[in-house]
Amino acid sequence: MSLTKTERAIIVSMWGKISTQADAIGTETLERLFLSYPQTKTYFPHFDLHAGSAQLRAHGSKVVAAVGDAVKSIDNIAGALARLSELHAYILRVDPVNFKLLSHCLLVTVAARFPADFTAEAHAAWDKFLSIVSSVLTEKYR
Amino acid sequence: MTFLTPEESGHVSSLWGKVDVEKVGGEALGRLLVVYPWTQRFFESFGDLSSPSAIMGNPKVKAHGKKVLSAFSEGLHHLDDLKGTFAQLSELHCDKLHVDPQNFTLLGNVLVIVLAEHFGAAFNPSVHAAFQKVVAGVANALAHKYH
Repeated sequence: MSLTKTERAIIVSMWGKISTQADAIGTETLERLFLSYPQTKTYFPHFDLHAGSAQLRAHGSKVVAAVGDAVKSIDNIAGALARLSELHAYILRVDPVNFKLLSHCLLVTVAARFPADFTAEAHAAWDKFLSIVSSVLTEKYR
Repeated sequence: MTFLTPEESGHVSSLWGKVDVEKVGGEALGRLLVVYPWTQRFFESFGDLSSPSAIMGNPKVKAHGKKVLSAFSEGLHHLDDLKGTFAQLSELHCDKLHVDPQNFTLLGNVLVIVLAEHFGAAFNPSVHAAFQKVVAGVANALAHKYH
């Protein structure tokens, strides 16, 4: 699965908007994840997961920043996320099913904040892109 | 066992009251076919599905989306007996339509995204979580009679 030229353009353009609210989007994505899929909280026993917690905000920022790194190196996502890929494979070992859940919550957040931009085409491009990011992050699992 | 808490029930009814079933249904089905093109396998008789704009504008897609969401809407009146409510539709999807139940999950998630797009901030994390429960319940109920 690889991105077409058109898809890349859509992703980069949408990222321009997302980056203006990056931290808020990251935090909201995680809030949605933990509320809709409570089992995902099992990866964060060491966190205060209440809405507005500093840890939640910091972690949300981290997650969206990583998505941004992938966008900035959209022609070489595997290269851009190599370190994160190893981290997830050897240290974090988050079950692969959770990447879909997080991706979905990010799409919901973006759809809610940028309805006019989140056309069917943009939705398709971003779903595909996040699917590729998830693949890269689980590539070294076994 | 009640399926939703009273708070969740409130979130669902309050939001659903404002949903244009025809519009949202058409949009959700259209996006399913755009974002997950393999789902087009069930709709070969629908005519032009050659591009996102062809799909989103296709009158058969819109009509079918309305049909699907109307059935879903009915289910919202029977949240404590989704399996009973969708028993016949479940048999239909298995025996006649031969639809992999994974598609119910895909459509449910697309519907959630369309609701987020329509309602913005009002589709906050709590409302969103209530709807994830609902779409999962409906997907489950539709798969229940598979054999």
